[in-house]
Amino acid sequence: MKIHEYQAKELLARYGVPIAKGKVAFKPAEAAAAYESLGGGVCAVKAQIHAGGRGKAGGVRLVRSSAEAAAAAEGMLGKPLVTVQTGPGGRVVRRVYVEKGSAIARELYVGVALDRRLAAPVAMACAEGGVEIEEIAARSPEKILKEAMSPTAGLRAFQARSLSFGMGLAGKEAGKVAALLEALARAYLDLDLSIAEVNPLVLTKEGEALALDAKVVFDGNALYRHPEAAKLRDLDEEDAREVEASRHDLSYVALDGTIGCMVNGAGLAMATMDALLLHGGKPANFLDVGGGATKERVSAAFRILLSDPKVAAVLVNIFGGIVKCDVLAEGVVAAAREGGLKVPLVVRLEGTNVERGREILAGSGLPIRPASGMDEAAALACAAAGEGAR
Amino acid sequence: MSVLVDKDSRVLCQGITGSNGTFHTEQALAYGTKVVAGVTPGKGGTKAVGGVPVFDTVAEAVARTGADVSVIYVPAAFAADAILEAAAAGIRLVVTITEGIPALDMARVRESLRGGKTRLLGPNGPGVITPGECKVGIMPGYIHRTGRVGVVSRSGTLTYEAVWQLTSRGIGQSTCLGIGGDPIVGTSFVDALELFEADPDTDAVLMIGEIGGTAEEEAAAFHREKGKKPLVAFIAGRSAPPGRRMGHAGAIIAGGKGTAKEKAAALESAGASVVENPARMGETLERVLEERGVRRR
Repeated sequence: MKIHEYQAKELLARYGVPIAKGKVAFKPAEAAAAYESLGGGVCAVKAQIHAGGRGKAGGVRLVRSSAEAAAAAEGMLGKPLVTVQTGPGGRVVRRVYVEKGSAIARELYVGVALDRRLAAPVAMACAEGGVEIEEIAARSPEKILKEAMSPTAGLRAFQARSLSFGMGLAGKEAGKVAALLEALARAYLDLDLSIAEVNPLVLTKEGEALALDAKVVFDGNALYRHPEAAKLRDLDEEDAREVEASRHDLSYVALDGTIGCMVNGAGLAMATMDALLLHGGKPANFLDVGGGATKERVSAAFRILLSDPKVAAVLVNIFGGIVKCDVLAEGVVAAAREGGLKVPLVVRLEGTNVERGREILAGSGLPIRPASGMDEAAALACAAAGEGAR
Repeated sequence: MSVLVDKDSRVLCQGITGSNGTFHTEQALAYGTKVVAGVTPGKGGTKAVGGVPVFDTVAEAVARTGADVSVIYVPAAFAADAILEAAAAGIRLVVTITEGIPALDMARVRESLRGGKTRLLGPNGPGVITPGECKVGIMPGYIHRTGRVGVVSRSGTLTYEAVWQLTSRGIGQSTCLGIGGDPIVGTSFVDALELFEADPDTDAVLMIGEIGGTAEEEAAAFHREKGKKPLVAFIAGRSAPPGRRMGHAGAIIAGGKGTAKEKAAALESAGASVVENPARMGETLERVLEERGVRRR
């Protein structure tokens, strides 16, 4: 689960990560008041959306008066901001963060993430901050320093120092950055984060270390033990269908193709999308109805699929193991009746009770196109969506 | 022989009185698996489905029944503790089916298991089956057939699809195991390939990977150096966009890494036969067996 920059900073500050003073604003007048309360001078007005690359996209403005703060907020609020991470449609800005400006002497990168191979969190640091860390990782991975942490003991002081000195820091600055790293690592373990990043971490002309930007992603599986953090979820930042799907324990990801997919199991769902691509079609979504798919979940899945206006055909691919094909077939038929089937429906069933499942589909009187095997199913769905010809 | 489990495996079920534990224990018993004990704290002394005795602790269950394999169905919030309890009781193989365990819990479990004798399979996987002998997990038993092809995968139903493609062609399996779809799992593809390479009753391996992480690239490096048996691979998620999690917590292309294309290229260059179309996994394996002159059954 992602949260906004200002929320991430508030959380990290509780663990001892130094941040500049700032206030969130939902209206231009609030931005002006926030500017005044910060004591004037140079402030930054920053668009709050769950995507990076805001600076280059015009989502960060420096202001020198409350009128300028209000104007900057006015220019952002209620409008979509398109960054390299948002996609062409952008994200509508609904809140801005007004933050006291800093006199930047140097920009660094620090972060903590999970290393799958080591099965442990890893603290990272790079002397080149402010840019996409992925770019540096691709260009010159040796510039990213890493220290694997014990998930029980956390980041040791010597490891933090080693990262700090490794970036070429010395004296008090090295100590301050090491302390920030330790605080970041504490927050990571304590809050069950999957990513915690400070980019850039700035060294100011006064010799202070500050988190100028912060990104925090929570491990969704651990949110049950962080009820306060769960409240920070911003549904406006998520796709409405994805939110609705998660309410029904369905795993749904919106994509930009025309073939709606309903599959049981994440791996089979991905493979089904791949098969569509091979046949010249494009999936409108990823949808895993899960191992324990009931009739109710199947019809919820159907409603969500069909609410996407891009969907020109639907492909259902079920390998019944524990879930029985006849139960699923009943769910599909019920959902198709209830919603009124306006697009072609291709169904491929295999596995437990497959014969009875196929009989139910055939006997339903609905124009369901049965398929045997993934290849045929994908080909039929592509043809149905009018995309069969390459 | 086979890999990880066989007809002599004595299986214990943690969470046996829950709905999943009950259902799948019944299925396992029907398949012929020796389910010798169940554990549900507070229900010791009772009998579970099929008359399987229930104990309060894993240690007691092991002492009384000689169980050497455990399968875990307990809810995510308690699963890490269940794994550690099994390891502390000396269980040789812990198969964790539970989905949604916090990643840091698994990091702590891995740290704790390091250097010990317990192998963890999963979490968030279908389990392991040696056809005709022992079924530990949630896979439907009847789609399998005894034989000499090893199957290893990160997903559940896609594995059933692959197994079904093999069985439909008359190609049986030595053992099929799911390593799980989470970012941190106990047994890697490399571990599984090592086991299959050492198993005299496995002639070839079908590996089903997916986007995210570098487990498939590591498997490719292993195959290049030590792989003597034919390896056929499919990587799911060619069509997945970067930055979006495809159901499995581990299936995400992050920072441009972990794409299906990269993984397929790594495996191909290591000498594996990579299948692009998921409908052709069985067909490709059959062709590879014929080309290499491997006997089939």
